[in-house]
Amino acid sequence: MDQTPLPLPPDEDEELTRVHPNYAHALRVQTVLASLPVLVAAAVSEVSLRKLDLLPPGLVAGAVLVIVALLVIRIPQTRFNARGYQMGADRLRVVRGLMFRSDTVVPFGRVQHIDVNQGPLERFFGIATLTLHTAGNHNASVTLPGLGEALAREMREEIRAHIRRETL
Amino acid sequence: MSETRRTAPLGIVIGALGSVQNAIFPAAAAAFSGGIGGWGLLVGVGVGLAVTVIGSAFSYIGWRRTTYTIGEADIRVESGVLSRAARSVPYERIQDVSLEAKPLPRLLGLVAVRFETGAGGADDLALEYLTAAEGERLRQLVRERRDEEAAAPGADAPADPAAAETGEVLFRMGPGRLVTFGLFEFSLAVFAVLGGALQYVDNVTAIDVWNVDLWYGWLKQQGSTVATLGPYAQALAAAAGLAGLLVIGSATGVVRTGLRDWGFSLTRSARGFRRQRGLLTRSDVVMPVHRVQGLVIGTGPVRCRLGWHSLSFVSLAADEKEQSHVVAPFAKLAEIAPIARAAGFRLPDAATPWHRASTRHRDDLALRDAAIFVLAAIPVAVLAPAGLFLIPLGLAVLAVGANLYAWEFRRHAIDAAHVYASHGFLSPRQDIAKRLKLHSVEIARGPVARLRGYASVHLGLAGGNFAMHGVPLAEARALRAQVLETITATDFSRLDAPPPAQARSEAHSGFSENFRAT
Repeated sequence: MDQTPLPLPPDEDEELTRVHPNYAHALRVQTVLASLPVLVAAAVSEVSLRKLDLLPPGLVAGAVLVIVALLVIRIPQTRFNARGYQMGADRLRVVRGLMFRSDTVVPFGRVQHIDVNQGPLERFFGIATLTLHTAGNHNASVTLPGLGEALAREMREEIRAHIRRETL
Repeated sequence: MSETRRTAPLGIVIGALGSVQNAIFPAAAAAFSGGIGGWGLLVGVGVGLAVTVIGSAFSYIGWRRTTYTIGEADIRVESGVLSRAARSVPYERIQDVSLEAKPLPRLLGLVAVRFETGAGGADDLALEYLTAAEGERLRQLVRERRDEEAAAPGADAPADPAAAETGEVLFRMGPGRLVTFGLFEFSLAVFAVLGGALQYVDNVTAIDVWNVDLWYGWLKQQGSTVATLGPYAQALAAAAGLAGLLVIGSATGVVRTGLRDWGFSLTRSARGFRRQRGLLTRSDVVMPVHRVQGLVIGTGPVRCRLGWHSLSFVSLAADEKEQSHVVAPFAKLAEIAPIARAAGFRLPDAATPWHRASTRHRDDLALRDAAIFVLAAIPVAVLAPAGLFLIPLGLAVLAVGANLYAWEFRRHAIDAAHVYASHGFLSPRQDIAKRLKLHSVEIARGPVARLRGYASVHLGLAGGNFAMHGVPLAEARALRAQVLETITATDFSRLDAPPPAQARSEAHSGFSENFRAT
């Protein structure tokens, strides 16, 4: 399960903070849940194919199982590794994406309001998603999932305090 | 001062009533499908009751789990049964508090309170439902807080109303200009109208307009007449047909433009920009200067060769159909410059440090577009008659040429106060935004872009989009650093006020330092 983390692309000069390790676990559970319908479909087709006796037993279901297992092991870890953020004194930088990488910076001075959200799965793993809303059309809301719950709240307070300081 | 409260308990009643409403349809369905013999009604009532009870229970639990906190610095709402959502809105960002009472809540003396921020619309914080008194109290509280902060005298003191009404005319279009403009707005929309009219004719007369045979016969008759005239006459007829189309299209353009932009005038008054236009429906729009977030200079394939451009203001307000307000639909750049200046923008000029997009980006785009056509040529070569495959191959060459040409126009620039981007090759378009009025910066790279070392830079602009494509990565980073330096220097709440001179010079010196570094 545990793999050596992929190094970030060398061109990311500044140090990025990784998100909470539980984020990878949450992603894994999510991947399992998402692949359940595929597994069920594979099992059904396996049963119905057996009657026809065309293929050796277990070929379809086995292949699907192997693929799903690979995905469950591999994808969450790579997605986790692709995530990173950098909390500056006056800005938050969020890096995401495997194939299509995006690197967004939101200055606190442009944050309109702040969400800390937790889905059921996130609550189980004690992590939270921080969302910053800006007034721009592009990046109207920038989300940073996989933060420890306490950290997410702390970051919210910090950003809020910054807004307060700036307007005084 | 921090107090955590629940919303009004009566809100549960509204949720419960809502679930009764939801129960009606399933109950009716159950009642009708429940069989004959008196049982149907009972089943229906049972289902209805069950849905109502479950809905009410959810409404109750939802109420139990929703709290709001009037804090020192923000208003915070926490909600959610399985998922938890906590939203925090700093007082500094609340622009207004709206109280909304639909009929049912109104009967119960409840209001929905909405805290409006710059993020706008659906993402705003809403509290459903509070008692009217509590809603009013919240509104007062937020206003007081805001007034405390805005204690410093506002710079935009209202001028006397007389001065506000009369203003300097920035741009005006006379009938002559309108006709020229209309000629460029070539449109064949009239044929769509004609089609509709034909359908109408079809309905009221005995002639079957959609009968192909009838038309074919008629054409054959006409065609045979034409055929007897010889090739020159045929060519002449075709040319006349084309000319007719051109005349009709241009006339349509002139009429449509005339209807829309008759008496177009843009004035600058103390209250902001005022645009009046229209022949039959006269529209009158006023836009405060500080609301202008960016400019778009557009043009058309033909008119740009003759130096005609249009200018639009990007803002959060949307125009009738378009996203931005057109403030000069058809003007020379020399006429556009003063308007831009009045809005506080500077048009790019000879001193603007334009940078081109990466040549790698250009090559990749050309290759991609050509590859699409070449791939299309393969099945054509296999299946279609010989020689036809040359068409997609020719298109591939054209695509390469178009991309090379488009690169000439794909540029971006940054100066002390603005960012500029231009793209498009048939009708190049320029976007101009103030560095200060941007909200976020994103560097996005797809797989190819990562391999080849360029990126797209997306800037968060309120009411519009601003993107630069094919920017070399190092340059994109430097650009982001510069823009962020300007943004972070001034908080959102101070954007509309004139920036303090000190901050401005800081930003400027920061820029020149950066500039030296790059």
